[in-house]
Amino acid sequence: MTTALSAVDLRKSFGDFEAVKGISFEVPTGQTFSILGPNGAGKSSTMKMVTTVSPVTSGSLTVLGMDPTTNGRAIRARLGVVPQEDILDSEMTVRENLVMYSRYFGISWADARTKADELLKFVQLADRAGDKVEPLSGGMKRRLTIARALVNDPSLVLLDEPTTGLDPQARHLLWDRLYQLKEQGVSLLLTTHYMDEAEQLADRLIIMDNGTISAEGSPTQLIAEHCSKEVVELRFDNRTSPELQSVAEQSGLRIENLPDRTLVYADDGDAALSHLAEQGVHPTGTLIRRATLEDVFLALTGRSLNE
Amino acid sequence: MTALSNDSSGRSSQSTAPFRMVERNALAWRHNWWVIASGAFEPLFYLLGLGFGMGALVGAIDVNGVEMPYKNFVAPGLMASAAMNGAVFDTTMNFWFKLKQERTFDAILNTPLTLTDIVVGELGWSVARGAIYALFFLIAMAALGLTTSWWVLLTLPAAILIAWMFGSLGIYFTTYMRTWTDFDFLPLILMPLFLASTTFFTLQTYPTWARPIVQATPLYQGAALLRNLSFGTPGWNDVGHVVYMVVLSALCTRAASKRLGPLLQS
Ligand SMILES: Nc1ncnc2c1ncn2[C@@H]1O[C@H](COP(=O)(O)OP(=O)(O)OP(=O)(O)O)[C@@H](O)[C@H]1O
Ligand SMILES: [Mg+2]
Repeated sequence: MTTALSAVDLRKSFGDFEAVKGISFEVPTGQTFSILGPNGAGKSSTMKMVTTVSPVTSGSLTVLGMDPTTNGRAIRARLGVVPQEDILDSEMTVRENLVMYSRYFGISWADARTKADELLKFVQLADRAGDKVEPLSGGMKRRLTIARALVNDPSLVLLDEPTTGLDPQARHLLWDRLYQLKEQGVSLLLTTHYMDEAEQLADRLIIMDNGTISAEGSPTQLIAEHCSKEVVELRFDNRTSPELQSVAEQSGLRIENLPDRTLVYADDGDAALSHLAEQGVHPTGTLIRRATLEDVFLALTGRSLNE
Repeated sequence: MTALSNDSSGRSSQSTAPFRMVERNALAWRHNWWVIASGAFEPLFYLLGLGFGMGALVGAIDVNGVEMPYKNFVAPGLMASAAMNGAVFDTTMNFWFKLKQERTFDAILNTPLTLTDIVVGELGWSVARGAIYALFFLIAMAALGLTTSWWVLLTLPAAILIAWMFGSLGIYFTTYMRTWTDFDFLPLILMPLFLASTTFFTLQTYPTWARPIVQATPLYQGAALLRNLSFGTPGWNDVGHVVYMVVLSALCTRAASKRLGPLLQS
């Protein structure tokens, strides 16, 4: 198995501030790897080092078998980059944006035009080809940025929060497109705030917080390690229930108090709920659901991801 | 797929990479080509209005002991300012727009292009624009009977040097601009430079104490060189003008690239 990307004790400092504090991970070729974490965790700082644009402060980074400090140009020739912010060329039309971007990769004008039309169809923007970029909606700009990242048939695609600001339909369209890329053998590295996105797409993921890795594994692995199979959400009229606290302690149930609800971790949600009822805990609302990565994150950091 | 087998067929060699910036600008300007075209006419209006119009009132003037019509004196200085204007447009406000406002360069740095490719390409584009303005002006000069010597052909490479000098000065200056409004100072620098560079008055017109200051300005250096070539009277001091401009251009190009690094690749 070859490796698309590997980082060993990777660090990034801005002046005195260390944004990435020695992280190590590996992305096998053809796999989708995700970096999850709250604002300021260091996700984008990590991505920018991989794109070779931001110099590595210390540690080692190998991208597509090459060293970013000496082989930046050759690495970038095979990368597709979707930055966190859409930076499209406002002085050109939608189609010209793609054609010109191909030219930066040294692709001939004829091939660039064919590719642009193909990609506009791929992201469902063919009808806006001749429009200026400015009037496009946020989601359309995002899709154009994603199309732009694919002009060079990249081996590794980096997506920094690709679906932030997209409506559910556009998100699913994008997920579908990412599956297609994966089927073609493209390796993907994506950051996200959305747990369901990571669960849907990622083969493996790391959870980053404050510049360090707080957990690593496949989505199911992480849930199994840090959480129960199911989670029971309880709501009470007066927000909390004093009985619940003591009942939970007695019966060894793990709970987590959130501002608007309380979570109870249990492998069998129904059983836990009836046990609580027997002990005199009567919530006004209940919901039993499958545990998600969101719960993992909460369990690990005591904070919700979108705080 | 091995890790190192990149850049197969259809990929350009690295040496042509800066030319992509020229293509980018041509594509971006395609919708506003008339803005570029109109810039070429500005110095021509000065030539007709001041050189011919006011020149009729002034009559012949004395330039370094040689009598000549005022229009012949003004023309090469205006050619120098044509080269300057052409180079300055796309290295000041338009450059800042791509650097800070639209962050066009950030997107381009995710492609195989390097920062050096971008700087060289942007300078190349600006020098080309300055050179085209100068060439257009030179043709007008010839058509108006203001060229008297074959030496005038050398004004074209000299104009390219002038454009490089102002293009690199422009980029260097722009790396210090924080906001759009900082550019309000630009006319305050360019206008006096334009007026006080012996474009319209001979050096002898200035008080003795002011002459070294005028002579130190970059546009004076360019204008003086173009005048000597255009009159067919090149001399050793022209070597000095060329050296001045080459050194300043090289210094500014280097300094600008250095300052752009941290701005774009932190
Ligand atoms: N160019 C920079 N100069 C100084 N500090 C920076 C710079 N870029 C990022 N930082 C700091 O590094 C930390 C990590 O930022 P980063 O953008 O990597 O976070 P992130 O995980 O991508 O967050 P978000 O989810 O908000 O995008 C932040 O505290 C940020 O302020
Ligand atoms: Mg980020």
